[in-house]
Amino acid sequence: MREVDGPKEPVETGPPPFSEHSADSPLSIHAMTVAYDRRPVLWDVDLDIPPGSLVGIVGPNGAGKSTLVKAAIDLVPTLSGRVRIFGKPFQSRRRMVGYVPQRESVDWEFPVTVLDVACMGLYDRIGWCRRVNRAAKERGMEALERVGLADFADRQIARLSGGQQQRTFLARALVQDAHLYLMDEPFAAVDAATEESIVELLRELRSTGRTAVVVHHDLQTVRRYFDHVLLLNTRVVAFGPTEEVFTPEHLQATYSGKLTLLEEASEALSKHGSSP
Amino acid sequence: MSEATEAEHLLDLLFLTNWNTRVVVLGVVMLGAAGGVVGTFMLLRRRVLIGDAVSHATLPGIAIAFLVATGLGYEGRSMPVLLLGALGAGLLGIAVIQLLNQGRRVSHDAALGVVLSTFFGTGVALLGIAQQHASASVAGLESFIYGKTASMLQADAILIGAVSLGTGVVCLLFFKEFRLVCFDPGFARGRGLSVLKLDLLLMSLVVSVVIVGLQAVGVVLVIAILVIPAASARFWTDSTGRMVLIAGGLGALGGWIGAMASAIAPRLPSGALVVLALGGLFLLSLSFGGRHGLLHQAIQTGRRTRRIRREHALRAILECLEVTTEEECTVEAVAERRGWETRQAQAAVRALDREGLAVVEHPGRETTVRLSESGRREAEAVVRRHRLWEHYLIRHARFDSGHVDRGADELEHLLPMDILEQLEAELSAEGSASGLPSSPHRLEDRPGGEAPIA
Repeated sequence: MREVDGPKEPVETGPPPFSEHSADSPLSIHAMTVAYDRRPVLWDVDLDIPPGSLVGIVGPNGAGKSTLVKAAIDLVPTLSGRVRIFGKPFQSRRRMVGYVPQRESVDWEFPVTVLDVACMGLYDRIGWCRRVNRAAKERGMEALERVGLADFADRQIARLSGGQQQRTFLARALVQDAHLYLMDEPFAAVDAATEESIVELLRELRSTGRTAVVVHHDLQTVRRYFDHVLLLNTRVVAFGPTEEVFTPEHLQATYSGKLTLLEEASEALSKHGSSP
Repeated sequence: MSEATEAEHLLDLLFLTNWNTRVVVLGVVMLGAAGGVVGTFMLLRRRVLIGDAVSHATLPGIAIAFLVATGLGYEGRSMPVLLLGALGAGLLGIAVIQLLNQGRRVSHDAALGVVLSTFFGTGVALLGIAQQHASASVAGLESFIYGKTASMLQADAILIGAVSLGTGVVCLLFFKEFRLVCFDPGFARGRGLSVLKLDLLLMSLVVSVVIVGLQAVGVVLVIAILVIPAASARFWTDSTGRMVLIAGGLGALGGWIGAMASAIAPRLPSGALVVLALGGLFLLSLSFGGRHGLLHQAIQTGRRTRRIRREHALRAILECLEVTTEEECTVEAVAERRGWETRQAQAAVRALDREGLAVVEHPGRETTVRLSESGRREAEAVVRRHRLWEHYLIRHARFDSGHVDRGADELEHLLPMDILEQLEAELSAEGSASGLPSSPHRLEDRPGGEAPIA
């Protein structure tokens, strides 16, 4: 009931105003709580991602960064809360969302080529029981070209470097031509060249009005890469434009007790102070 | 039996003149093909052993079906009745595994083990009871344990054929979806595929193949037609589609060999013969598989070792010439530069000579070597790569110039061309216009030399 006509009909009980969901927000999360075995991983998360932004999610290990991304697209069950993608539930907005999982989530020895993987992003458009046709392969190649892997199209995916594997996953999301991209640690363990090309790609996406939400681990690059940042530690510590929100106080609150990370954070900030 | 009739018998078999043999062989061939095809997806989904649990779980079903049917006064050995019992028990087995595994109460492999052994034990005990009650008619049931093609009828073969064909068609239709679910179930779910439904479909294919395969291959060994062809096929290809086809082919071939052997030696359990044939094919694939086989890998490794030795020799000669500014150097000097035994250096330069890259003079004592024109070009390319890499390590990886030679030595042979170009662009300052970049360390005082690469 509520799922269908929530925004129009006020409900007496339960968490109030669904009007909080802005209809044009690519990703709007309200009062979301997720728990694994009774241990809360995300607690009462509220979030309205502005359209056309590049959002970095940072926070210590176990802060629920990946879980947030997965819960947004129903990959992990939520205890409570609602997610809206451009004003509608994920089920009816599936095609507008491109998801890039962590590289370690699959077995790279699997007998498929780079092009095979890229084309997987088109399966729902190709439809059941149909072969991957030439048009799909052409689009797969285009996506591979965008991530600089066109020369590797026929290569088995185990014979790629880590960065190339990450870019293969990106290509698979790019073929979907989505409006919202959710990326889980795309910068983890990639070479400098790949990191640069991913950043370039993100900016390209933003310049065409797309939105990207990226789980990120390197505090040093947050300011350079993202215009918005979400500081997460089970709860939302802060969310907003990077300039305003990425402050020592917020970082301290996010990483409290984790000394080494705190040092890293202050180093990142001091670096930023000396060279823009 | 005289020799002549025995030969005739073999020929009869080979050309399948006997109608019943023809039916049986065809049935087992199709079973093998279906097992290979569906087994490939199960292997890639990392769930292939569930087939083993299912097959073992069917035994009590067979025994109970027999007991109930005889108790009600029907013919207990009727195949449809027995297979129906098998199906029921097999499905129950899967359900129990799922229940045990739910909420991680019991780990998946433990659940498999518990169900497999408990059900099978129950089956064996029930067969014992059946034997006591109806000793005469129960004899056929035991053949379910190890398989007996001789007891197959035309109707059984037709059933196998139909199931195999159906399995093949379903796998063809859902190839793309099965592949995605096996590779990345999370992504599949995100794209709106029902992973659960596809898994159930795959599982029902496995159950059907196992059930119709029981008679020919037996409860204990039917897992072989799922695992072995699929595992063998992986040695031959890096593509899922081809892997499915090859596994189907290997399964069919193993089924054919096994069924023929079983027709020649009807007293041996046919399941064992089919498995032996499949095992043989696995060994062949492991040894000679064109993609990941041992021979293929050995050849690749050998080729790389030879290439590395060749590059080392070329660089050693060129650097000797650079230091002495002469036209030729002794093999001893090459050996010393590389830390090789003289014998190794001799072999290396002779190999260069055979390729026309170097000219070896005075073989025997005081052997000297000089580079041919093409050899010099090649050697310069090698040295260039080595030095670029050294400079890179010093500048970007902060290697000490005393240690950089060793690090570069190990890695340079693996550098792909694009990285090389990048290095060259980045370090163009280091290179002189005429060609070779200068060495970042003195060439004369090489510390110790490297471990020899044979």
